[in-house]
Amino acid sequence: MKHSNWLAGAAVAAISLGGAAQAQTTLSMWYHGAGNEVEAKIVDQIIADFNASQTDWKVEMQSFPQAAYNDSVVAGALAGNLPDILDVDGPVMPNWAWSGYMQPLQIDETLIEGFLPGPKGYWDGKLYSIGLWDAAVALVTRQSYLDELGLRTPTLEQPWTGEEFMAALEAAKASGKFEYAFDPGMAWTGEWYPYAFSPFLQSFGGDIVDRSTYKTAEGALNGEAAIAFGEWWQGLFTNGYAQASQDPADRDSGFAAGKYAFSWNGNWAALGALSTFEDTVFLPAPDFGNGSKIGAASWQFGVSASSKHPEGASAFIQFALQDKYLAAFSNGIGLIPPTKTAAEMTDNYKDGGPMAVFYDLTKAQALVRPVTPGYVVQAKVFEKALADIANGANVADTLDAAVDEINADIEKNGGYGH
Amino acid sequence: MASKFQRSNRTGWLMAGPAGLLIAGFVILPFFFAFALSFTNQRLISPNPTEFTGLANYRQLLGMAVLTVDPVVDAAGAVVLKDGVPEYPAIRSFTRNNPDYPHLQGMREWTSFTWGDSRTYILARDVVFLTAIVNTFIFVIVVAPVQAGLALGLALLINQRLRGINLFRAIYFMPVVVSIVVVSLLWRFIYDGNSGLLNNLLGAISFGAIPQIDWLGNPSTALGAIIAMSIWQAVGFHMVIWLSGLQTISPTLYEAGAIEGASKWQTFRYITWPGLRNTAVLVLIVITMQAFALFAQIDVMTSGGPLDSTQTIVFQAIERGYGKQDISGGSAISVILFVIVLTISLIQRWLTRERT
Repeated sequence: MKHSNWLAGAAVAAISLGGAAQAQTTLSMWYHGAGNEVEAKIVDQIIADFNASQTDWKVEMQSFPQAAYNDSVVAGALAGNLPDILDVDGPVMPNWAWSGYMQPLQIDETLIEGFLPGPKGYWDGKLYSIGLWDAAVALVTRQSYLDELGLRTPTLEQPWTGEEFMAALEAAKASGKFEYAFDPGMAWTGEWYPYAFSPFLQSFGGDIVDRSTYKTAEGALNGEAAIAFGEWWQGLFTNGYAQASQDPADRDSGFAAGKYAFSWNGNWAALGALSTFEDTVFLPAPDFGNGSKIGAASWQFGVSASSKHPEGASAFIQFALQDKYLAAFSNGIGLIPPTKTAAEMTDNYKDGGPMAVFYDLTKAQALVRPVTPGYVVQAKVFEKALADIANGANVADTLDAAVDEINADIEKNGGYGH
Repeated sequence: MASKFQRSNRTGWLMAGPAGLLIAGFVILPFFFAFALSFTNQRLISPNPTEFTGLANYRQLLGMAVLTVDPVVDAAGAVVLKDGVPEYPAIRSFTRNNPDYPHLQGMREWTSFTWGDSRTYILARDVVFLTAIVNTFIFVIVVAPVQAGLALGLALLINQRLRGINLFRAIYFMPVVVSIVVVSLLWRFIYDGNSGLLNNLLGAISFGAIPQIDWLGNPSTALGAIIAMSIWQAVGFHMVIWLSGLQTISPTLYEAGAIEGASKWQTFRYITWPGLRNTAVLVLIVITMQAFALFAQIDVMTSGGPLDSTQTIVFQAIERGYGKQDISGGSAISVILFVIVLTISLIQRWLTRERT
């Protein structure tokens, strides 16, 4: 196979280019990061290194703006026009794998043994995608706030309980120093809601869907634990700890401007916070009874089902898994490297580094979003339910409606292959 | 040898051909697709085969029921009062896993009223969609007359021979040529709850007496805010149509009116308005159809929220068909919208028909 490709490639090259060192088969690749220069530079570097490292394959990348990326892939798939290599947001991967856009990776799985769980994209027992980084969320505040308000500093081993967290919000509110005690990030509509807020629900003991079967959300999203979560969530807004509709500018700069005591934010914003306040601390999520939880899984690489050269595409992805590239992404755009060895090579995540806590957080608490093709719909239903509850809708009724919608969708899709 | 009439007819068809083909390919054919898909369980992407499901999508969208419940009574048979009003059993206990009410399974309260001691609930299978229909109708009922009226007023103002009148025409028309997405983004800043232009303006003219309002974040103001912005955005377009109508009225009629000593109002009532008859029909139908298609403002400014106060039919069709990958559900919504718009257009045609 490889040999005949080589021959065909050589023949084409000989005719068209006069036989320069062009004996490589071209592999097309789509990437979601158009417009981000640092990111593009790192990806370009990996591609250049890979193309130079061997003579079989030549990867060519096409970048898309993130907002248009998923639509482009869906449209490309409907038109039978997908590239060999594509990147995919972790929780969306099962949908694309189930729909037949992607095929399992052919990489040496011993290479990813040391990886954090989030970047490993398994569906149906097979590895479909692998990430070069992960992302994590923490409760961002300042040591000086904790001291002033007389609060215990929570640790990984002993995070705040739900009561301690609410007491902390109450103390911040009572101090009168802040516009709002807590900034959950309501301005970031979209995937942020399930990514950032569903771990609270899971800490209460509920979930978006029943993960034991993935056939129903009944009991998981409207059971006692979920209703307790919903009441707590609504209380954040009715009791004035947080604002239900937030100005996007406040989300970006409100913490730096001292408007909020606590901000629920990701590692990508950590460097900015650290440069504003030297005493910024990143605290683990509160434990509402079932452990403290945060979301996991970010963008990952996979091979399209229509690729004629899956072995080449997999070879590229395997090549990209080297620690130096993982560290480069981390240093370039602040992402969490998926291996300990790569973490040690970075400025921020090495032991004692300013953001090392995120590596430990994601290692200890990360829980991937429901691994099901139905997630893309469930995420939207969950987002709407949380927005409605924040705006004062009846908790039990809203969660019931969300359950019905999720269940109707699962049924309409014949159980999504579970 | 064909007659002259048939020959030019053939040329006519030939000239209309390209446009006709495009309309057939991109408007009529997709509509029949949507009609067919609305009776299936077609997904946007799915490895499962498409199945015929009959009217299931329509039942899901439009299913309604009425439930009358008696207040909770204590052991002695007295009505339990909570905060001075009778307490009623939760609707949830009827609509979820209650074997006595299988037809209510999965329904939600849409609205309710009290009649005597008992309370009557109107339940709906898809409350969001019904809310979207109501919101769309409110939008149309407000926008159609207000926008048409304002546009006529503007057209009358700029239909004068004044120096620099073209400048005013350009200013009034400007919002129309700006993309609605850009306009919506700008108005999001204007309506901003903290430091928006509108809040600052109201605060300044009232010396701070008017509190800051989160126009788009408050269920009671969000739809109104979108209505106001939509009227402003498209009023210039209809102004131009009115203007073209005004300019077809012969000046001799106005001269005759002036000689007869007609007042300004009489001139408008008996010369201008009858002369604008056909224009009025066109403007009204165009506004109505555009208003029913309300989508971009919602998508950019509120995404249907808060609390469904700005859900609209087209937004729901796209949200479901594309966002939630449910092409059949989205198609069913499109078909319902088509029936609504067709019905209203026919009524408008009938109301504004030429009376002999």
